[in-house]
Amino acid sequence: MKGFRFYGFVVALVVLGMIAAACGPTPPPAAPKGKLEIFSWWTAGGEAEGLNALYDVYKKKYPGVEIINATVAGGAGAQAKAVLTTRMLGGDPPDSFQVHAGHELIDTWVVTGKMEPLTSLYKSEGWDKAFPKGVLDIVSYKGDYWSVPVNIHRSNVLWYSKKVFADNKLEPPKTFDEFFKVADALKAKGIVPLVMGTKDGWEAGHVFEDVLAGTLGAEAYNGLWTGKTAWTDPKVTEALNNFKKMLAYINTDHSALTWDGAGQYLIDGKGGMMIMGDWTNGWFMSKNFTGYGWAPTPGASGIFVALSDSFGLPKGAKNRDNVIAWLKVLGSKEGQDAFNPKKGSIPARIDPDKNLYNDYLKSAMADWAKDAIVPSPIHGAAASEGWATAYKDAIAVFVAKQDVAATQKALQQACVDAKVCK
Amino acid sequence: MRGLTWDRVTSILLIAPSVIAILVFVYGFIGWTGWVSLARWDGMLQDLTLVGLRNYQKLFDAERFQIDLHNTVTFTLLFLASSLVIGFLLAVLLDQRIRSEGLFRSVYLFPMALSFIVTGVVWRWLLNPGSRELGSVGVNLLFDKAGLGLLKSGWYTDPSIGIKAVAIAATWQMSGYVMAMYLAGMRGIPEDLREAARVDGASELEIYRHIIAPLLQPITLSAVIILGHISLKIFDLVSAMTGPGLGFCTDVPAYFMFDTTFRGNHFSQGASIAIILLLSVAALIIPYLVYTARTEVQR
Repeated sequence: MKGFRFYGFVVALVVLGMIAAACGPTPPPAAPKGKLEIFSWWTAGGEAEGLNALYDVYKKKYPGVEIINATVAGGAGAQAKAVLTTRMLGGDPPDSFQVHAGHELIDTWVVTGKMEPLTSLYKSEGWDKAFPKGVLDIVSYKGDYWSVPVNIHRSNVLWYSKKVFADNKLEPPKTFDEFFKVADALKAKGIVPLVMGTKDGWEAGHVFEDVLAGTLGAEAYNGLWTGKTAWTDPKVTEALNNFKKMLAYINTDHSALTWDGAGQYLIDGKGGMMIMGDWTNGWFMSKNFTGYGWAPTPGASGIFVALSDSFGLPKGAKNRDNVIAWLKVLGSKEGQDAFNPKKGSIPARIDPDKNLYNDYLKSAMADWAKDAIVPSPIHGAAASEGWATAYKDAIAVFVAKQDVAATQKALQQACVDAKVCK
Repeated sequence: MRGLTWDRVTSILLIAPSVIAILVFVYGFIGWTGWVSLARWDGMLQDLTLVGLRNYQKLFDAERFQIDLHNTVTFTLLFLASSLVIGFLLAVLLDQRIRSEGLFRSVYLFPMALSFIVTGVVWRWLLNPGSRELGSVGVNLLFDKAGLGLLKSGWYTDPSIGIKAVAIAATWQMSGYVMAMYLAGMRGIPEDLREAARVDGASELEIYRHIIAPLLQPITLSAVIILGHISLKIFDLVSAMTGPGLGFCTDVPAYFMFDTTFRGNHFSQGASIAIILLLSVAALIIPYLVYTARTEVQR
């Protein structure tokens, strides 16, 4: 009987509490409480530090909220996306999740009706003026804004070893012709001219998008992803031939290495150049390596192949108010300047405090302001995920077989399957 | 109403939850996957319009899937053959009443205690090709030091080896298990049979060839079934060790299924691969189940 009475007491308390909550005066919308679950693939080095810096800003403003850091490790979000898909389809969305702005956001989540529009938040926070037009474009669909971009990464960076280049009296190449000359000179010295790691399957596709941009130029390159430039164009053939020629200069063990494993060649002075996104900058710093220089990839001076990480508000988020507060932190100058210097990316906003950023990032900011901005397919900005996967596979086969005609056909077919080309 | 005793009711009640759970979570989901594989679900929006066998047709047309099937056959044959042969030889050696047999038994069995992920990470390094510029590592380094530089190879990065290198790692992990099975079988063979053979003048080799091996046939069959279904479904080892590999030379259907479903959002295509995997495992296991059912009836 004792137990029964105890439960009765608890039930009475709960009921009383409910009545009190229902009848009592509504408390002012004071300090938010409860939880906030943030889903991302930022687990390593600078990325994790950047994310923690954001959490710190958030906690200072909303100390009552408990942040749940739901991360899934894996480069380019390969593993995380699988978990996210499962959760979204299973009706258990995280409160807010990392997603590449552009087609990955729009085609995968917005068109299918899984997100809430953020237009009113953009208006009230003044973000429609704080972000440049190129960024606003890739987070818009049907006149609404759908996510808050936190950063911009550049895909088309040619990293080189300063020491190797100085020893051999070389200059970073600006065109493909110069690139092959430099590559020949390095090869003659027994140095790997271009280092690459292709183990995870996406890295070759990454290099090829930069070759495409460098060969076709910004406008024609953009047309590839909107259907204005045909994939059967002779310029695409030329790009494939350029890439094929580059593959003759890469390290023999590339398919055993990830991109950072390949970066070791540069650190050891055994490799000359590497084409990879500007997260490489953060990786070099984490390795205490300072002898690296950077330049735009061949043919792509004046072109900025961009990708952007953003966060949105999925429908059915359990802690909606806390998410809105989170998004406000992300879009604020304070939040972006806390996150980006650590993550090693430039802010999406146009008004950062430049003194907080290192030399590479300052130069990237300068380019961002004056270059032609074009989207990256392999990082979700230019193409839907289905198309990007088909593109990635076609290039992965190309690395092995180097069949230009067959690959061009496969790339064309991928565009048709994505319902962009006819 | 003789059947409906209290005993019977309780036994039905006790078994019901697991039967229902299996019906829903195994057969229900198999049926659901089969349905999806016939539908047009290609993207985050669920679309269950039936399109017949079109997904399968496209799948078999895809170059990647053709490579995958080829890889699976190569991997399965190599992995089965080498595990059975090495497992049997180890069992024969241990069967010689050697000293501290228990120690050796454990040593050979230990790899099986690891997960395929661990095996994959270790062998990724052991079979890393290294390079001229950074020097050799792993097995290639061993060859270098032993003056056997000729034997160095690109291992899993060489498309002509590819999946065979993964088979080496899988064999390392599972041959100890096959050994344990064979050893148990050998210990079950009465000593009288060997004695009789020896009295008739058979050599040790002939005893193994004509007496032991035929008697171990059921064990070989079980080993083939167990290793075969592991090899058809293999994912974790490939994922940790090589990924899809240069030109998909180490790709397998299960990895393709993961890639296309969760990265490309091609749910129907992923479901078709799942069904093909199910059918191939079924083709291996159902004859075995029929066979054991028959032999049990005979007894």
